[in-house]
Amino acid sequence: MAEPAIELIGINKSFGAVRANRDIELTVQRGTIHGIVGENGAGKSTLMSILYGFYQADSGEIRVNGKPAAISTPNDAIAAGIGMVHQHFMLVQNFTVLENVILGAEAEALLKSSIAKARSELERLEREYGLEVDPDAVVEELPVGLQQRVEILKALYRGADILILDEPTGVLTPAEADHLFRILKQLKDQGKTVVLITHKLREIMAITDNVSVMRQGTMVATRETAKTTVEELAELMVGRRVLLRVEKGEAKPGAVKLSVRNLSVKDSRGVLMVDDVSFDVRAGEIVGIAGVAGNGQSELIEAISGIRPAISGGVELDGKAINVAGFADPGELRDRGLAHVPEDRHHVGLVLPFQENENSILGYHDHPDYLRGPFLDIEAICNDADEKIAKYDIRPANCHLKTANFSGGNQQKIVLAREMEQDPGVLIVGQPTRGVDVGAIEFIHKRLIAMRDQGKAVLLVSVELDEIRSLSDRILVMFAGRVVGERGPEATEGELGLLMAGVERQEAAE
Amino acid sequence: MSTPYAKLPAWADYGLIPLINLFVAFVVAGLVVLLVGENPLRAAVILVEGAFGSGQNIAYTLFYATNFIFTGLAVAVAFHAGLFNIGGEGQAYIAGLGVALVCLSLDAIFPWWLTFPVAILGAAAVGALWAFLPAYLQAKRGSHIVITTIMFNFIAASVMVYMLVDVLKPAGSMAPETRTLLPGAQLPKLNWLLEAFGLSVRSAPLNISFLLALVMAVLVWALIWRTRLGYEMRTYGFSPKAARYAGISESRIIVITMMISGALAGMMALNPIMGDQHRVALDFVSGAGFVGIAVALMGRSHPAGIVPAAILFGVLYQGGAELAFEMPAISRDMIVIIQGLVILFAGALENMFRPAVQTLFASFSPRSVGLPAPRREGA
Amino acid sequence: MDALIQLLDATIRVSVPLLLACLAGLYSERAGVFDIGLEGKMLAGAFAGAAAAAVTGSAWLGLVAAILIAVLLAMVHGFASITHRGNQIVSGVAINFIAAGSTIILGQAWFRQGGRTPALSGPARFSAIELPGAEALRGVPVLGTIYSDLISGHSLLVYVAFLMVPFTWWVLFRTRFGLRLRAVGENPAAVDTAGISVAWLRYRALICTGILTGVAGAYLSVAQNAGFVKDMTAGKGFIALAALIFAKWRPVPAMFACLLFGFLEAASIRFQGMPWPVIGKVPVQLMQALPYVLTVILLAGFIGKAIPPRAGGVPYVKER
Repeated sequence: MAEPAIELIGINKSFGAVRANRDIELTVQRGTIHGIVGENGAGKSTLMSILYGFYQADSGEIRVNGKPAAISTPNDAIAAGIGMVHQHFMLVQNFTVLENVILGAEAEALLKSSIAKARSELERLEREYGLEVDPDAVVEELPVGLQQRVEILKALYRGADILILDEPTGVLTPAEADHLFRILKQLKDQGKTVVLITHKLREIMAITDNVSVMRQGTMVATRETAKTTVEELAELMVGRRVLLRVEKGEAKPGAVKLSVRNLSVKDSRGVLMVDDVSFDVRAGEIVGIAGVAGNGQSELIEAISGIRPAISGGVELDGKAINVAGFADPGELRDRGLAHVPEDRHHVGLVLPFQENENSILGYHDHPDYLRGPFLDIEAICNDADEKIAKYDIRPANCHLKTANFSGGNQQKIVLAREMEQDPGVLIVGQPTRGVDVGAIEFIHKRLIAMRDQGKAVLLVSVELDEIRSLSDRILVMFAGRVVGERGPEATEGELGLLMAGVERQEAAE
Repeated sequence: MSTPYAKLPAWADYGLIPLINLFVAFVVAGLVVLLVGENPLRAAVILVEGAFGSGQNIAYTLFYATNFIFTGLAVAVAFHAGLFNIGGEGQAYIAGLGVALVCLSLDAIFPWWLTFPVAILGAAAVGALWAFLPAYLQAKRGSHIVITTIMFNFIAASVMVYMLVDVLKPAGSMAPETRTLLPGAQLPKLNWLLEAFGLSVRSAPLNISFLLALVMAVLVWALIWRTRLGYEMRTYGFSPKAARYAGISESRIIVITMMISGALAGMMALNPIMGDQHRVALDFVSGAGFVGIAVALMGRSHPAGIVPAAILFGVLYQGGAELAFEMPAISRDMIVIIQGLVILFAGALENMFRPAVQTLFASFSPRSVGLPAPRREGA
Repeated sequence: MDALIQLLDATIRVSVPLLLACLAGLYSERAGVFDIGLEGKMLAGAFAGAAAAAVTGSAWLGLVAAILIAVLLAMVHGFASITHRGNQIVSGVAINFIAAGSTIILGQAWFRQGGRTPALSGPARFSAIELPGAEALRGVPVLGTIYSDLISGHSLLVYVAFLMVPFTWWVLFRTRFGLRLRAVGENPAAVDTAGISVAWLRYRALICTGILTGVAGAYLSVAQNAGFVKDMTAGKGFIALAALIFAKWRPVPAMFACLLFGFLEAASIRFQGMPWPVIGKVPVQLMQALPYVLTVILLAGFIGKAIPPRAGGVPYVKER
């Protein structure tokens, strides 16, 4: 058997008190596609950043093609034939494809010859791997799938034999993802080695030869893909049997609480992101919106909650219109019983340098309970925060602690406690469990079901299809800004996947 | 504007690190003194004696500190909303017009204690107005507030020259300044306060605007940390997106914050005009607006830090005057250097010594810095 | 005609320090480092230039000194804002004050002329250069006059300044350094993962900034004037910054923006105290304030949307 392409031996890496990687051992055979799975925060990206020289390991050894390799900068990695496609593309948005490809790999001080060389090289790569992209296009004008292709081209242009892809399908439609997988198989057939980092088990099963599982900074197992199952991998990832289904009773939908009619929304660049969307949410039901990230879900809930203006259409809350065309005042909407757990808790839902109690009133800071004239009633605010901390089991239980010092799950609980305890009639929730540990996920799911059972109308947006399927009473699928179908909770993953990809639109439109 | 680091005890964070930064700034300033051929230690002794040597000197020190409390608070209030008001100098200068308007029309009619409240309003209103325009332009037209406030400093200077030379100068006078104010617009001195401590003061300009400055410091503290408006300003300062989510109007916060900031800077004009010179003269602000930046940074935008920082700069101003007398090579412009160094070390380089201090603390007691950092996502 | 030529001639002379400072700012801001300290670096350069020229009697050594000191201050800015990730505006403000104070203190300590440096003459100053054929062409109407009276007869640094415009364009868009510089101002992470040091690249951009502000300072004190006067930059660094925004961080528009602001300044000097048709006599202060007022008006959105380099003002932190 040939030398393995990569061997990692005893890798350790800590960030402050957090041990991101512990005694990692990993062997990747040449000419294979090797998957690395694990939950968010399991240490996958850190490990790959070490392999790529972006971070330095505290201890451990890296071997490439059987030889010890000292990789302390991305340059060393590139020289060793390692290329990386990052989760957040490392592209200069206002540069052309060519400029991006040569950046850092320019042969000489003047650009002319490098550009000419890159142009012919891109043509070759296009022929060999079917990686078509206009070399003179400006990157920010390309769709995401093509931007990712530019990232792959960058790596290949630098002569990469080993390609690392970090969560490559997070921003892709299923069709784009399939195309990517075809390209990866082709690369493998040409003798390249591919390392695929993901938390989606379906992708692992579909494309990899071998798979390694990470959990809480450690490498827990490596399996041959053909000899394992989704269930086994899921258990390895989480460390115990996962209840994919949340226990819940029958929904008892009541009156329409939130009614969206022909809503259209543009994003800050002026691109139409929500296109003529209509639906209702009733009291006592959870309506889930499924879709690949970037298909308008974010803009939809931002428009409903008054953060982003809509260009046309209307929204009614309890039968009364919301001014969505101008900026609806989010404060006024709260008064009318519309609560919102935003997708981005770090920059939107919380002010991280604030004390916990200050965040526990964000958006409700004009509530008379928290005020004495123009002054904040600090005592009332802290008592209130302490109650929520107890009820939602927020740890550490200290309302004077800086919010940045709480873990992701506890931060999310701070937001949920704030929004749910105001007893809203309508709750809009975006990505409730993103970056949240498993224990907190279960807690959050139970609270959402409890809200429903109390007769609240819940609108849930999540890119985690499992979450949508296990929580929702009705599922709306968004694709390219439109609602392309509605299904019950019994809909299969495959059925929803097709809708999310925008196929069978005619049939789905009913 | 600070980067999150692992936690230090509050006294180290708010006391030790600023002191280290300050110390380094003074060491570098000492090097400049060496460069002009004087002995920095002797200079320091003269400086401290000049500032504290007698009741008279202390009164002068506090008189200058009064200016810097106002301007420091002005910069700090804007900092809390994430805004950098570099225009304190111009706002204070132009506020001289408000003070002049009130004093010149009322000083013959009213006693000082009636003129003063009106003059406070006049100074604050004109200062606020001068800050309103850059704020409005940032809120509505997106022009960068740092650049516009700098431009407004220059414009204020031109306006004041014009007003003093062509409008306010009494006929027949040569000097570009207003007539001398009557006792009805002269503020009482605070010499009795120092004399109560057994110090003797011959004649120093320390006046009741010092007390006004202290009141303002308390009010600013209450505003920032105890009112709904302050909460909204801080929310916007840390995260504009979170402010929008919380229903806080961005343009309202920018405009109100800048007007409060401008009003505080404007009140600085009361101290030299009504308390000391008893007239509005050219360039009466003489850099106090810019000193406010250093004071706010050194005081970490907290009134409890700003007041001592302002007194420190008062020491530099008063002691510096004595120093220039004793060491002719060192003029008062030395203050400008120290001010720059303080801004550099306490502002731009505020975190330079933090890692070292953290290491030091960790080696003494590992648990004091042992709070785990928040889990990183997507790792 | 003569009056117009004179006005344009004055425009060129007052535009030069603006242009040099503006291009200086272009290098650092394109690399993602805001630089409000152009003023201070120019001022320090002017002082160092005049001091060195006065002591050595050589304008060239003055230029070298000006460049050295301005680069040194640029490195201080880099140390604070790149190495220690401090606030770039705060750091720039600090440099302005350090320069303003130390030029006066050192000037007084060394020369004892109230903060001035000794008057420069002869080889200690950059003198006007007569371009070839200027004398011969003087008689030719219009073109000849423009060539000999407007284009010819400036100091070397004037020609350097204007040649820097195409040169800067070429550097930015035709060289490897320029490509990386523009990239680091837009997305430093992309540069970092490509194996290029973000910090070193930004430091190099700041060296360019330092050199050009040094030349601008030397022009003020060793070419345009015959020595250093306290606070002789008088806000030019800030006007240059405004011109940079006005030009949307592009070299050729930067030149036109600086010429426009230069023209305003030249006109305000020339028409000082002269009665205007209809409005009558305009206060001189209004004319002096005009460039600042115009800048405010221009910045208030009558220049379209000026989008700064995306990573501008934000220190690069590797850990996401």
